[in-house]
Amino acid sequence: MSLYTRLLGDLTGRGLAALAGFVVLLVALPSLVSSYIATVATIVLYLAFLGQAWNLMLGIAGLLSIGHALFVGIGAYASAYLFAIHGVPPLLGVLAGVAIAVAAGALIGYLGFRFAIGGVYFALLTIAFAEFTRIMVDHAKFLGGTEGLFLPVSAASRHGFDLLNLRGSPEMFYYLILALALAALALCRWLLTGRTGYYWRAIRDNPAAAQALGVDVFRYRMYAAMISAGMAAVGGVFYAFFYNNLFPEQVFGIERSIELTLAPIVGGVGTLFGPIFGAFVLTPLGELFTAGVEWLQTSGAIGRHVKVDGVKPLFWGIAVAAIVLLRPRGIWPWICDRLGLVKPPSERS
Amino acid sequence: MAPLLQVEGVAKSFRGLRAVSDVSFAVEAKEIFGIIGPNGAGKTTLFNMIAGAFRPDRGQVQFDGRDITGFRPDKVCDAGIGRTFQIVQPFAELTVLENVTVGALHAHREVAAARLAAADCLDLLELGHRRHMHASNLTLPDRKRLEVARALATGPKLILLDEVMAGLRPTETDRMVVILQRLRAEAGLTIVLIEHVMRAVMALSDRVMVLHHGEKIAEGKPEAVVRDPAVLTSYLGGAAV
Repeated sequence: MSLYTRLLGDLTGRGLAALAGFVVLLVALPSLVSSYIATVATIVLYLAFLGQAWNLMLGIAGLLSIGHALFVGIGAYASAYLFAIHGVPPLLGVLAGVAIAVAAGALIGYLGFRFAIGGVYFALLTIAFAEFTRIMVDHAKFLGGTEGLFLPVSAASRHGFDLLNLRGSPEMFYYLILALALAALALCRWLLTGRTGYYWRAIRDNPAAAQALGVDVFRYRMYAAMISAGMAAVGGVFYAFFYNNLFPEQVFGIERSIELTLAPIVGGVGTLFGPIFGAFVLTPLGELFTAGVEWLQTSGAIGRHVKVDGVKPLFWGIAVAAIVLLRPRGIWPWICDRLGLVKPPSERS
Repeated sequence: MAPLLQVEGVAKSFRGLRAVSDVSFAVEAKEIFGIIGPNGAGKTTLFNMIAGAFRPDRGQVQFDGRDITGFRPDKVCDAGIGRTFQIVQPFAELTVLENVTVGALHAHREVAAARLAAADCLDLLELGHRRHMHASNLTLPDRKRLEVARALATGPKLILLDEVMAGLRPTETDRMVVILQRLRAEAGLTIVLIEHVMRAVMALSDRVMVLHHGEKIAEGKPEAVVRDPAVLTSYLGGAAV
């Protein structure tokens, strides 16, 4: 099978056109909209990227992780530490971050799969690892502890285009995360259409049957955990250099782990475009919702004494509840069917 | 020549309940070997011990000149044994073709080649026209056929069939009998089958083994076994004989 068939072969003409239009729009976006919207779009793409990584584990391989902030955090802290303290450029730092995250993914995977800790218990295991890493980093002086780890920022660097050191303008970060999100989509699609993808989906649906067909279930689950962890760590490097400051609570907190599951859940777990679509729906709506509440407060409808910090999680809760009740498979599969973007199985090669 | 499959004194208990005790039998290459017995006789437990789903408490399983006792199910598959599940275990979210492709990837490096081989297996089991359906939408008889197609696609030397005729109409049973006979004749497949449908057992099996309360009570040519007094007693109860 050619690379083209593997990556795009299942799309109808309409689907190809939609994808091309979407990519062109994203490439042109920074020159079309305000810098605020471009920043929101950067965050959307960041969550789409992480959603892709997380979805690989749950949607494709059937492993529920609610501790993915661990891998993001490892990538973030490893690359930020190496850059801020030792001057190692993030292009090398990312290798260290990915290596450590893959090792952590392998360790959690090993414990979970070797001792047959399944489903919800596996999820608890991932939370536990994320939480005790948070506490460890809280006490790690060389990582700044609770005081935080800061990357050097100069006025000049905010306008530059230094990809090697990830110092540059917001546009540079936008295009970087766009490239990463598209690369993640292509990687997942490539994996999914190969042996690995068949085996992952078989394991997700029925591990015992997969094993009877000769699938080394342990090994392929380990692959899923390690690839997903490595991808999340790449996202973490982006996070560190985009925000320039890292705090254990903000990086490893369970809110982070939950936040990155929302886009795939809303978009459609197990679909490749679902996490991207979910991020594009959820983040702007969350921003609008927050802006709406703030507007109500400035206009006097809600008193100043009312705290509105919890508005975003509240919105997420409503969004997830609505999806689970109305479209349990996510919005994307439904839209995909309606618009005829993907070929039915009978027309695939 | 040594038999292809040799099971020596295997036993398995669950919480003190003996499911299988000291069962031995041997199956020659290209033989069709039937296993019958009342419900709860230990037939499926015996299969699970051969296929690696359970490790036997005692005894040995030799296959193709190797000791495969206690192998993991995927290693048993590597050794050349395919199996079906009595309670069908389809990959529900995958299409029928994709289900069988998972099996075919065991015998083929490339996905494209595996899909072609899977399509051939489906045609053989007369499921070709259903290949783009999701497995969750199949009727029970079709799911049974899917089980066989999937196990077959791994390219086994020996296949363990656990009640694949259950729920089939008599004409469908006869079709399946013909298919299995062809597989033996053309592909040189060795078949061990657990079956309640006596019409199929009698038509297919070269030899039959009868299990009762986890013990082997008879073995031999099908027409001889069904006249065996011990077998009649186990099926009909002592009073009826």
